[in-house]
Amino acid sequence: MNILSLFPAIPLLMMLGLWAARNTRQIHSVMVTGASALLVLAIYLVLHFIGLRNSGETADMLLTDSFMWYAPLNIHYSVGVDGISVAMILLSAIIVFTGTFASWQMKTNIKEFFMWFCLLSVGVFGFFISLDLFTMFMFYEVALIPMYLLIGVWGSGRKEYSAMKLTLMLMGGSALLLIGILGIYFGAGATTMNIMEIAQMHNIPMNLQRIWFPIIFIGFGVLGALFPFHTWSPDGHASAPTAVSMLHAGVLMKLGGYGCFRVAMFLLPDAAQELSWIFIILTTISVVYGAFSACVQTDLKYINAYSSVSHCGLVLFAILMMNTTAATGAVLQMLSHGLMTALFFALIGMIYGRTHTRDIRELSGLMRIMPFLSVCYVIAGLANLGLPGLSGFVAEMTIFNGAFMENDTFHRVVTVIACTSIVITAVYILRLIGKILYGTCTNPEHLKLTDATWDEKLAVVILIVAIAGLGLSPLWMSNLIQQGVTTVISHILN
Amino acid sequence: MDYTVLILLLPFLSFVLLGLLGTKLKPVAAGAAGTAVTGTVALLCYATAYLYFSAGRDASGVFPQVTAWNTVWLPFGGSLHIDLGFMLDPISVMMLVVISTVSLMVHIYSFGYMKGERGFQRYYAFLSLFTMSMLGLVVATNIFQMYIFWELVGVSSYLLIGFYYTRKEAIAASKKAFIVTRFADLGFLIGILIYGYYTQSFSFTPDSSVMGAAKTMLPLALGLMFIGGAGKSAMFPLHIWLPDAMEGPTPVSALIHAATMVVAGVYLVARMFPLFIGYAPEVLHITAYVGAFTALYAAVVACVQSDIKRVLAFSTISQIGFMIVALGVCTSADPHEGGLGYMASMFHLFTHAMFKALLFLGAGCIIHAVHSNEMSTMGGLRKYMPVTHVTFLIACLAIAGIWPLSGFFSKDEILAACFRFSPLMGGVMTFIAGLTAFYMFRLYYCIFWGKENKELHAAHTPHEAPGSMTFPLVFLALVTLVAGFIPFGRFVSSNGQAYDIHIDASVAAISLCVAVAGIALATWMYLREDRKVADSLAARFSGLHKAAYHRFYIDEIYQFVTHRIIFACISTPIAWFDRHIVDGFMNLLATITQKSSWGIRQMQSGYIQRYCIWFLGGALGLVVLLLVI
Repeated sequence: MNILSLFPAIPLLMMLGLWAARNTRQIHSVMVTGASALLVLAIYLVLHFIGLRNSGETADMLLTDSFMWYAPLNIHYSVGVDGISVAMILLSAIIVFTGTFASWQMKTNIKEFFMWFCLLSVGVFGFFISLDLFTMFMFYEVALIPMYLLIGVWGSGRKEYSAMKLTLMLMGGSALLLIGILGIYFGAGATTMNIMEIAQMHNIPMNLQRIWFPIIFIGFGVLGALFPFHTWSPDGHASAPTAVSMLHAGVLMKLGGYGCFRVAMFLLPDAAQELSWIFIILTTISVVYGAFSACVQTDLKYINAYSSVSHCGLVLFAILMMNTTAATGAVLQMLSHGLMTALFFALIGMIYGRTHTRDIRELSGLMRIMPFLSVCYVIAGLANLGLPGLSGFVAEMTIFNGAFMENDTFHRVVTVIACTSIVITAVYILRLIGKILYGTCTNPEHLKLTDATWDEKLAVVILIVAIAGLGLSPLWMSNLIQQGVTTVISHILN
Repeated sequence: MDYTVLILLLPFLSFVLLGLLGTKLKPVAAGAAGTAVTGTVALLCYATAYLYFSAGRDASGVFPQVTAWNTVWLPFGGSLHIDLGFMLDPISVMMLVVISTVSLMVHIYSFGYMKGERGFQRYYAFLSLFTMSMLGLVVATNIFQMYIFWELVGVSSYLLIGFYYTRKEAIAASKKAFIVTRFADLGFLIGILIYGYYTQSFSFTPDSSVMGAAKTMLPLALGLMFIGGAGKSAMFPLHIWLPDAMEGPTPVSALIHAATMVVAGVYLVARMFPLFIGYAPEVLHITAYVGAFTALYAAVVACVQSDIKRVLAFSTISQIGFMIVALGVCTSADPHEGGLGYMASMFHLFTHAMFKALLFLGAGCIIHAVHSNEMSTMGGLRKYMPVTHVTFLIACLAIAGIWPLSGFFSKDEILAACFRFSPLMGGVMTFIAGLTAFYMFRLYYCIFWGKENKELHAAHTPHEAPGSMTFPLVFLALVTLVAGFIPFGRFVSSNGQAYDIHIDASVAAISLCVAVAGIALATWMYLREDRKVADSLAARFSGLHKAAYHRFYIDEIYQFVTHRIIFACISTPIAWFDRHIVDGFMNLLATITQKSSWGIRQMQSGYIQRYCIWFLGGALGLVVLLLVI
């Protein structure tokens, strides 16, 4: 069996294990075993992939495997990875692992909760390893559907409304995707669904590309929080339980950016070049608009959701610049945003679990009460505002430098506008830290609260180590994703 | 010179270690570890300086630029990459000595000053972080490395200003400091992007082959970088964060907000000096005007402040203005031909770091003794604190520019450079030098002489600070006494050639007279117990006095812009727009779907009669349709 197929297979096995599990202890042990296996496997995959590359494997996709699944439509189950997908798989494995520990304290219906959680991971991993458009779409749907139940059942606040809104908006996006995928399939001669082969043929007529590019870009863009299709994000995140927020913002939103890059731009390169300006304007708006909106929010999760709109906007902004540097930056930003937003949501969940409020007006002086969580929150905040030494800086600087390489007034102007987000980000992050962590605690109820427990500490520490690791020595990660990015970009430019 | 990696690595490890262990470590142990590391770093810096300068000049008569090590940290594709490295040249070596010395003194001093404070370990961890960042900034081999450490310096400053994080003022001040400098850094970043794109490298000395094309964009790039420098170095109108930054512990003010971090902007201009002179002299002169205005503004404000740390803060802003002016008035790279200002600026940076650190540390001893920053709680302290008194006086004389203290020599060179640029500039700067002498001695008399606050002192007798605090004072006072005689031009000059400092007799005479006049005026107004003259002047010009006391309302303008414009006119409407228009549209779609499905649902009512009517109506319609056709 191909090593890649293990990634969706393990969560499936975990579901089986959970189904058989009889008590919390067994459920926890199934989850820990499975999540650790995924994490170890992902690390092994990274090392193995680097090893293969070093030994001279220059094929675009490595570890490929393919078999026919449904002949009339040429649907294959075909898998393979390049540096970008390897990086995304590593990210997903880290988030699944830490998400497990972040929901350690969950009490109600944990068996079902974790089963849906695992199904969601099946979709995520399957999406990143797929090379076949249809299989990819199928995994995409698998990742979306459990979200409805996870938020609708285990959520908080206006959970039914949020779950419905999120699902409907994302489903709207995937309806566009399905049309777009079929469009590509038939446009390319209806002989194959394989992404690499379609790209190789490069035979979709321009008039069709013009139609399918915006449709697919918007389809994935909804999940990537593209303005004005981002409004599911604040409500959805605010209602979702901690681990779901982590996985959703940390990984699922990356499906959007990854799909835009791998499908929309790679397969429809001519239209991408012609129409990119429209989306560059939209993403520039996302970047600044999300940051400004975050400045006046009062709910911790809303702040982070808008911050995600801004940071994910930067991902799409960077891939639309269509040069290797900016696109490398986009992948780094996906990793970086995935890690730090997961950290944020984990911490917010932990704070909410203790104080039962996420309203920043009701929180203050947490530093004295829960120093560990507060210090981690500060670190997450600093990563978010792009402090050197943490991952955000590396990603943002690569993006800005890449974007600046496009030498025309339009690109220059949008780059400078996007750069201003570093100041606005500092404003809302420091406002938040100043309000909830510093100062003296005014609520006597909060004085009795305790700091993080071991499982929470584990989740948080792993994320921080990953953020600092990426921030301190970005070279290996940038090398890892280099070739994958170059393949796509050079295909677009030719 | 591979060992130089330790100069950055040791403080970093110390930060990580102290940060991770935190309160598990005894306060004394944490302090000792931090101090030991800084002491080692200082020794390494001195050794580096000795080795570097004793290696001598190369054939062309300059100290060569040595890259001790350099490694690619992050490639951007093409020829652009961020390197991390360690570069030695006269100014970076000079900065290594300044930073490590002041940092070591502050580490020692903090033992006494911060004794018993909650968060002692955290304090030393942050000091280590700052030391590492500042050292990394000055030895940067390229502009992007400088930017990286620039940001790290900013965050250490943020963390240290907000050290007393339960105090409202400290939170606000730390936030303000970070955001104002971040705003300036935006300019810096865009400047770097332009610079990198057009010169195709982040190196300080770009390849001459690209300069032809880059020439037109360089003034813009350098101007934007100067905005970043102006933010860190508190140039008007980006100075507003510095006075508030005094909310941090006083030793931090001495280290970061007087001696080292705030001169980063000056250092940046000096670092880019060859490019400024070669490609953008007009931008360089703009910096001179900005610097001169800042120096004047800050000196005027310093004359009326009542909080001793604020007086010192404005004095710092004013003195940094002097350094920027000195760089800005340079018209060539030859120290004999209009490049004197470069050497003067670096010399003043050096001497100012020592005596301003001394002043802040002295102020720390005083605050420690009377538990307040306000002048009204002081007066007559000379009896209680002899060591602080004498060292403070030395520093005051130095900053006022009295021979033979260090400030005299460096300030004299600056004034000489200004007079060479234009008599007006020279005149203005001399006037500001006089103001400096006046406000410093006003401060001195108000603290150590004049009317004693007997009630307060009876309740709590002021006492001299412990040895750990007075030792740094004495050390820095000694440096201030002798530093003026260092043949500074032999080490640092605008073109690298040895330059012998010679005192311009006429300039020296004028500046001494002005300084003495300033001191005399302050003596006349503030030495006595009653301050009739000062009070009547304040009453006579109450409008001006009030405006200056409120720093000419610049802070209020900022408040207005941030709260009334950015928050109220941009963020709030955007957030509203998002919730009501964008999201409202999505909700509208959902509502329309629901309503129309409700409408359609009405048709499937289940009543046979209704179906019959629809059926009949339909059939009739068809018939009519057929007949018409």
